[in-house]
Amino acid sequence: MRMNRVLKGVAVTSALALALTACGGTSEGGEGGEAAGGVVTAHNTEPQNGLIPTSTNEVGGGRVVDLIYQGLYSYDADGGLQKELAESVESEDNITWTIKIKEGATFSDGTPVTAQSFVDAWNYGADSDNAQNSSYFFETVKGYAQSNDDGADELSGLTVVDDHTFTVELLGPEADFPQRLGYSAYMPLPEVAFEDMQAFGQAPVTNGPYILAEDGWKHEVQIELVPNEDYEGPREPANEGITFTIFDNYDAAYNSLLSNELDVLGEMPPSVLANYQDDLEGRSVSKAYAGNATMVIPNYIEEFQGEAGQLRRQAISMAINREQIIEQIFMGTKEVATEFTAPVLEGYSEDIPGNEVLEYNPEKAKELWEEADAISPWPEDKVLKYTSNTDGAGNKEYIEAITNQLRTNLDIKAELDAKATFKEMRNLVGEDGLEGVSRAGWKGDYPSLYNFLGPLYGTGAGANDGRYSSEEFDAKLQEGLEADSVEDAAVKFNEAQEILFQDLPVLPLWYQAAQAGWSTNVDNVELGWDGKPLYHQITKGE
Amino acid sequence: MLMYTLRRVLHMVPVFFGATLLVYFLVFATGDPIAALSGGKPMSDAVEATLRAQYNLDQPFWVQYGIYLKNLLTLDLGTTFSGQSVNDVVARAMPVTARLAVMALAIEAIFGVVFGVFAGLRKGGIFDSTVLVLSLVVISVPTFVLGFVFQFVFGVKLDWTSPTVGPDAGWGDLILPATVLGLVSLAYVIRLSRTQIAENLSADFVRTASAKGLTRGRVVLVHVLRNSLIPVITFLGADLGMLMGGAIVTEGVFNVPGIGKVLFDAIKIGESPTVVAVVSVMVLVFVVANLAVDLLYALLDPRIRYA
Repeated sequence: MRMNRVLKGVAVTSALALALTACGGTSEGGEGGEAAGGVVTAHNTEPQNGLIPTSTNEVGGGRVVDLIYQGLYSYDADGGLQKELAESVESEDNITWTIKIKEGATFSDGTPVTAQSFVDAWNYGADSDNAQNSSYFFETVKGYAQSNDDGADELSGLTVVDDHTFTVELLGPEADFPQRLGYSAYMPLPEVAFEDMQAFGQAPVTNGPYILAEDGWKHEVQIELVPNEDYEGPREPANEGITFTIFDNYDAAYNSLLSNELDVLGEMPPSVLANYQDDLEGRSVSKAYAGNATMVIPNYIEEFQGEAGQLRRQAISMAINREQIIEQIFMGTKEVATEFTAPVLEGYSEDIPGNEVLEYNPEKAKELWEEADAISPWPEDKVLKYTSNTDGAGNKEYIEAITNQLRTNLDIKAELDAKATFKEMRNLVGEDGLEGVSRAGWKGDYPSLYNFLGPLYGTGAGANDGRYSSEEFDAKLQEGLEADSVEDAAVKFNEAQEILFQDLPVLPLWYQAAQAGWSTNVDNVELGWDGKPLYHQITKGE
Repeated sequence: MLMYTLRRVLHMVPVFFGATLLVYFLVFATGDPIAALSGGKPMSDAVEATLRAQYNLDQPFWVQYGIYLKNLLTLDLGTTFSGQSVNDVVARAMPVTARLAVMALAIEAIFGVVFGVFAGLRKGGIFDSTVLVLSLVVISVPTFVLGFVFQFVFGVKLDWTSPTVGPDAGWGDLILPATVLGLVSLAYVIRLSRTQIAENLSADFVRTASAKGLTRGRVVLVHVLRNSLIPVITFLGADLGMLMGGAIVTEGVFNVPGIGKVLFDAIKIGESPTVVAVVSVMVLVFVVANLAVDLLYALLDPRIRYA
């Protein structure tokens, strides 16, 4: 009797559940009629810094800063330079550059954009007293060391010639200097910014295709941008504004997109990688961008030094089945790496001599490892630790897959050395504390091969996690910087990569791709060279 | 009673400082946030040093905590890495979470007691069995799963409501998240009041009341219900503090701009002033709610006296 009633309860419950799911069967998108005509709503994360060009170095702030400031150049979808305020950027020797800017441009408070606006902003960014996250972008400008360490307020390499002309003197030649200038760290600032930079960062006065609406930044909620009527340039807004909705959960953002409330989601949560293309029925795109993932093999680990170390580096590379990991863990959303930079960059080549070391070849890998053991044996009980933060999506899964492959193919002990946060891992890397290999990746600041090589593998460079140092490589980089054209420079940079293939300071794994989706209310969503949607050209019909 | 209240309020002081110290230390122990601020990009030593000095990270732990406490006493909670005052951050996010928690509490109190009473009066009936099975399901499923299922079914598939909360986080927007937040406690309230009612129905004083010739309605409302609700109210009071904490998960799922979301972002980048401020506020709410419950207890049950 009693049992019977419980059963009845279960029956009623199941009936309820069935009814719920049955109702869920028919629903129609495309009726989100309440949205204001023409204002695109897009996903974003909360900016970690004020909206100041030189302090913004993460994507949440970057998406906004790129839209509200106008610098000398911007980048088109393929990473090509398009002129914004630049009239001309010229140099005879690649060291001293004369920059002429267009006349008549103004900030949204009506003050003119002059050569001084650029010089003041750059000086501010470089001076370590201002603690700007992106100050390293000025490290090749003459006077950086003084401004950064010794209390000087200005970069001696910057000179204002007249209202619309200034010169930049670099420490050495740099053929691709103009290519840098589209990056947000090189944006101009109005005079009012220097009165109180902290307050300015909360409500900046800017000159980009969009400006921040009044009280537009509601922290943790949304950032409202309206078109700037005074803007003239290649990024003329095709919509009536962009409202960034702040999310810290990508699944929530994805559900908001499915119900047509969010118009643009520039990054898919890992949980939907297998099915987003079906869910969105043609309203999605996947595109490789200037970013890669690598495995750092630090120079300071004894087993990876010398001839045996060289062989071991090659062996590990050949023991990794990159294709399989991309298919099974990332649902095919990445591309196997063939060199150290990224395919969207000008000068990229997939035929760099030496890159066969990136091909999966378990037999050869085992042979090389044994050869290395013959020279200096791998300690009996040594476990190859693969350090990574596990707060990034997919990190844990792919590294466990790689360590599995290494265990099988090389017959060694290998395991993930998990760090809970990115912070923890960076601290370990910073103090040369790695006990094995580690996860790394690079996202281009500006579309140039050099940006993927100099800061990462140059002797003593800031992001040289493995402390790699090669005179030969440094010399090749220098030749590239001194080249007469970007094309000639690319040849030298690719020759520098041949040296990297011999030394393998890191093992390139794959190139990143960005996945974006959009609602039925918008059209014309395209991803740029850096994987960010080109927000200004999105149209919203009503 | 007054003495008791005073003593309890005094107890709150060490609890509060102990909590801030512990949280401050935990954030401190996870390491230097500056390396992560640079996002793996190069940063010059001089810039790092300036940043450390700016957030007092170059000082030893006790000095850092001392500076924090000193500012706390002047009601200055510090600044975030993005340059906002933490006071503003908390003042903006707190009302949203409070609204969410109060709604959840109302939902669990009203539905919990009503369902519990009906189930308890007809113990063993179909309604009772259904409610028991349903509440078991709710208790055993983690909140974030429940959240995503509700979001997908009601927000995306049925389109009855928005799957995420709008910029104003108004009462209407918060119905779905508040339901999810209150659901687990709702299940407990149902079970608690059901047992209480069933137990009291067979108590001596109820038999006496019935024997006096009172109507069944009066017996249930005045005698059974009043006595049954005492433990339920205690549970609800203590639950308010739990709801504030549980909001972290729910706010993430429904993108509610409350303190849970603030806390999540702050923990991610190691922004100790924000983390400590938010957790301290949560501790305060918890402690005050507990005190209120204890005092309420004495009011409801004349047998309890505090000296």
